[in-house]
Amino acid sequence: MLLQLTSDQEFLRETTARFLDELAPVERLRELRGHEQGFEADYWRRGAELGWTSLLVGEDHGGGSVSGSGLVDLTLLAHEFGRHAAPGPLVPTNVVAGALSAGSAHLDLLAGLLDGSAVATWCLAEPHGRFGRVDLAVRVDGDELVLDGVKRPVESAGAATHLLVTGRTGDGLTQVVVPTDTTGVTITPLVGVDLTRRFSTVRFDGVRVPAAAVLGQVGKADEDVERQLQHALVILDAESVGAMEAAFEMTVEWSFDRYSFGRPLASYQALKHRFADMKTWLEGAHAIADESAEAVAAGRPDAAVLASAAKAFIGEYGSELVQDCVQMHGGIGVTFEHDVHLFLRRHTVDRALYGTPSEHRLRIVDLTEQQEGAS
Amino acid sequence: MSAPTDGTAPDTAPDPGEVEDLDAFRARARAHIQANLRHVGSQVVSLRDRSDEEELAGVARDREVQRILFDGGLAGICVPKEYGGQGLTPQHQQVLKEELAGHEYPMRLQSPTMAPCLAVILDFGTEEQKRRHVPAILRGDEIWMQFLSEPGNGSDLAGVTTTAVRDGDEWVLNGSKVWTTGAWWSDWGLCLARTNWDVPKHRGLTVFMLPIDREGIEVQRIEMLNGNKEFCQEFFTDVRVPDSDRIGEVDEGWTVGTRWLFHERMLYHSPYVTVPEGTVRMGDAGSMLGVARDAGRLDDPIARDLVGESTVLGLVSGALARRVTAGVASGAMSDQSAAVAKLFGGKANTRSATISFEIGGAMGAAWDEDADGDAAELGNAFLMRQVACIGGGTTEMAANVVAERVLGMPRERSIDREVPFREVPRSAT
Repeated sequence: MLLQLTSDQEFLRETTARFLDELAPVERLRELRGHEQGFEADYWRRGAELGWTSLLVGEDHGGGSVSGSGLVDLTLLAHEFGRHAAPGPLVPTNVVAGALSAGSAHLDLLAGLLDGSAVATWCLAEPHGRFGRVDLAVRVDGDELVLDGVKRPVESAGAATHLLVTGRTGDGLTQVVVPTDTTGVTITPLVGVDLTRRFSTVRFDGVRVPAAAVLGQVGKADEDVERQLQHALVILDAESVGAMEAAFEMTVEWSFDRYSFGRPLASYQALKHRFADMKTWLEGAHAIADESAEAVAAGRPDAAVLASAAKAFIGEYGSELVQDCVQMHGGIGVTFEHDVHLFLRRHTVDRALYGTPSEHRLRIVDLTEQQEGAS
Repeated sequence: MSAPTDGTAPDTAPDPGEVEDLDAFRARARAHIQANLRHVGSQVVSLRDRSDEEELAGVARDREVQRILFDGGLAGICVPKEYGGQGLTPQHQQVLKEELAGHEYPMRLQSPTMAPCLAVILDFGTEEQKRRHVPAILRGDEIWMQFLSEPGNGSDLAGVTTTAVRDGDEWVLNGSKVWTTGAWWSDWGLCLARTNWDVPKHRGLTVFMLPIDREGIEVQRIEMLNGNKEFCQEFFTDVRVPDSDRIGEVDEGWTVGTRWLFHERMLYHSPYVTVPEGTVRMGDAGSMLGVARDAGRLDDPIARDLVGESTVLGLVSGALARRVTAGVASGAMSDQSAAVAKLFGGKANTRSATISFEIGGAMGAAWDEDADGDAAELGNAFLMRQVACIGGGTTEMAANVVAERVLGMPRERSIDREVPFREVPRSAT
């Protein structure tokens, strides 16, 4: 998270932090373990009033920012989501809201996302597991579009009223907004590691939607998809850093309080040096997350590389950090009773979504070659 | 980052009426640089050995370039005007770095001359000392070294045994200093010496300035395992230093030393150091991709993954250093936080050296200097890998600082704090 916030940004962050302290304490997260959607509709509506879904939406559509950069503001909320391992579809709802606002389409749905009465999610990944590859077919048939394919994992598809589906039309990408109750859409819940984040497989079997369902242009959505991906990465990374920070602070405190052989853990140099490394990973994660958010927000040429670098670093080193936090706790760190797993779960889910560390490392090299070739 | 929305300037900003407009400064810097400095393209910092003649020619050119910057009002951007600087802000310094991108710059005058040496003189020098040395440094007339490490002490810098004994208005120095880069072509040194053996180690130190050609100083060059001979060791035999060349109070040298080490850790992020933006270092995407290309492994997914890893580490190192610099400057982080960037950067650098060596395959063992391009010299870089975790303080020391001073964990038990220094056990040397 940024080291220095404006007073407006601090107010935004603080309001959500207090709300989550009250409505999403750790006991509540444990209660939601068996909840079908992982969050209550009313909780999400009240969160929307705090700006949870409006920061990537233009002012003309009822959104706005507090600093001039809504994406950077959103990282402050995502950071608090990570610190609390909070429930709610923060990434997909914001990505879809931002996409609808950018395309200035489906404004009724956008209004519902803004006031929290509707939830929408983004269908990007597919079961073949190859990051960045889109096989789902979108075929033009007269005044209609026909979708065939499978998406997974799709976050909060069960709670969503609408799906933003990224598919392929010939050589290009097409994006379509599909109500979840459309004939031919089948949503099957998956089992996952996070206590409150729900994921599903969504099948599209000859799903027919009117041409007006298209967001952008048929076969020409590649740039839009790239921007959405960058938004998703920035939000996920900020959340992951929040989870890392919470786990780390909890573990530093433990190292002072826990005595072995008559000394606190924090007095052993072997452990101090591991904490020192963890601190560098945490601060490095903050630093690269903030630089990537700034680059993506400004649409800079290095935004894609920075967003992938942040995802690769925070995924890899964040796991090492949180798993080391478990290690420092010993046996209690792998019990359900202890809180450290709440943050381990959140980081683990975020690491695996929207490209793994190795997939982003390879993407960086592809992007660098493209840039060298272009210059 | 966006401007604050409340319409007020941050309270660290100087009065805008007194400070040169950034755009005007940029235009002025660009005109002077383009008219006077050579364009060299992207610069790869190389470990490749240079002959003495090449090195001396490089030193001479660095002095000229520094003078060119000085004459154009571009030297000492953050140094007060009364000492020959420009009295401008770190933002101006950043603009200068951007405008210098792709141009030659006085590489050998940055560290340790500008930071820590010039920074320490500004912090602790008398008015007369500042007026004598700071403008001379900014003109390129004085290149400084730090006489800090000694053969008998590595990380334990306050344990120096080079001794200064008072003799009237002078001090007489005896001892030895080591790891001075390029002392054989430098002019002055900042020296930490022991002036009192009968008090605990941190309380008996004093800092002096001395010219390297002073009688009684012998400079020997040290050959590193890769053949490089830039590091030196100095032997002091009855070197006489006037008391007017003492910096700070007698026996309070550690007060100076603490700031000295802070300025040293700031390195490329010090407001006094000028390195062009985009100066390529090992680990940058471009250079590592070049290694893979010249090693013929651009289509190998394993090599590509390693290039990606190295790129990530380079980007995070840079971002972390910027975060720490900003955090320390604003007070959001303690001065000690520089150790966070140091610890990470050291380990990331060694990993990148391993990666490039791995990508190079057998070229790492033997290479063709003329034909192998970026894949040449990888073996030597790998042999020197640990320098990133040793130079400027080891990563183990940085880890102690992070744990104890940043995270506040209990300090290691020390037996040398409350006893006279002469009673502290030392290495046999």
